[in-house]
Amino acid sequence: MSALKIGKRFYGTKVPGCEPAQLKGKLIVLEGADGSGRSTQIEMLNAWLEHLGYGTVNVGLKRSMLVSEELERAQQGNILSHTTRSLFYATDFADQLENRIIPALRAGFVVLADRYIYTLMARDIVRGGDRGWVKSLYSIALVPDVVFYLRVSPQQLVERNFKKTTTLNYWESGMDIGLSRDMFESFMSYQRLMQAEFGRMQEEYGFEVINGNRSPRAIANELRAKVQHVLSVIP
Amino acid sequence: MNNSHTFPGKLIAVEGLDGSGKSTQIYLLKRWMEMQNLKVFFTEWNSSVLVREATRKGKKRQLLTPTTFSLVHATDFADRYERQVLPLLRAGYIVLADRYIYTAFARDIVRGCDPRWVRTLYSFAVVPDITFLFDTPLNVALDRILSGRPKLKYFEAGMDLGLAHDPYDSFRLFQGRIYAEYRKMVDTESFVVMDGMLPVEQQQAMVRKYVEPKIDLPSFRWRGNP
Repeated sequence: MSALKIGKRFYGTKVPGCEPAQLKGKLIVLEGADGSGRSTQIEMLNAWLEHLGYGTVNVGLKRSMLVSEELERAQQGNILSHTTRSLFYATDFADQLENRIIPALRAGFVVLADRYIYTLMARDIVRGGDRGWVKSLYSIALVPDVVFYLRVSPQQLVERNFKKTTTLNYWESGMDIGLSRDMFESFMSYQRLMQAEFGRMQEEYGFEVINGNRSPRAIANELRAKVQHVLSVIP
Repeated sequence: MNNSHTFPGKLIAVEGLDGSGKSTQIYLLKRWMEMQNLKVFFTEWNSSVLVREATRKGKKRQLLTPTTFSLVHATDFADRYERQVLPLLRAGYIVLADRYIYTAFARDIVRGCDPRWVRTLYSFAVVPDITFLFDTPLNVALDRILSGRPKLKYFEAGMDLGLAHDPYDSFRLFQGRIYAEYRKMVDTESFVVMDGMLPVEQQQAMVRKYVEPKIDLPSFRWRGNP
């Protein structure tokens, strides 16, 4: 973990009106597919941080005040074309970045992000979006202090999804792309494509890959040790 | 930007300040084409039904920052572009756009967004075959809009920029900056500049005269019964 960045910065252009040097808190990101154990781990991390006395703020996808309801409604009807959906998600992200993440970091909180720009970028790219365009779109994002990527094999993901909801999610199966008419087949292909994209991003963005095929407790212990290290870095 | 298209359709856009008379002119252009029985479609800035709710809410509650303001409008544009403008251009229609990507360039840049970021954001959109800029001196455009002392909305007046406490003062300053951005694009974006001070019918005659040799209008006639 020697690649830790001291002090905040944006990937590209900084959003108008934000001085990254003033951001004292920590931004910790957990990435991984549905069923990777992400939410469970966030919950445990959150409790542990509060136990230690840290103020925390939780953010995630589709949680903005501005567009989350509209986005949800549009997703249900499946009426968004690709660029429109990308921009809708980017709006949701930007709203949370400016109205939740940045103010919390300014106040010295630990921000736990249940997914970040990487899932959004991978989804767009897997659907044929232009890589350069997508990267520029999300260049407004703050570089996190650490990004954990919970990697779980597609087989495991299927089992966990069935255990949780007994169905496969339409979008997490990539059914909109038309990989296969068979949902199981489509799920497996889509998750493999997403993993390949994450693999590609792993080096570029310096993900900490966590083996998510283990027990929640074992994963939590590894995360705590790594988060502890991030917290000890004083900006 | 090098995004010229090779679709069978044609795209004509009008740009200019509020009060420049551009909407009147594109309406008259549309009527002229309709009366010739041409396949013509009209689209307007900020009108996607899908995105309207979010835009309305954001504006009403003053939730928008320069970045989200830009993204909400880009989403609106993308929705109309992907579902209407692009398919219609491919199907061989004449598409008339009341404001196009240049409105976003001007406004977002004035609001402090990075110019390169904004331009990349809209790089999926083709460049119009003709873009008219209705050039009205700032004071005239302001008088047209402000003479009735209308109730200016927060973002419309550019109040989010903190240029002035009074909405009318703010509107004047904001429009002045947008006007300057438009002027900067005249050469780089090959705008056709129209004198917005001329009588309406005279401007329209010039618009039609400019369009006629550039676009083979008879080829856009409906075949068979309209």
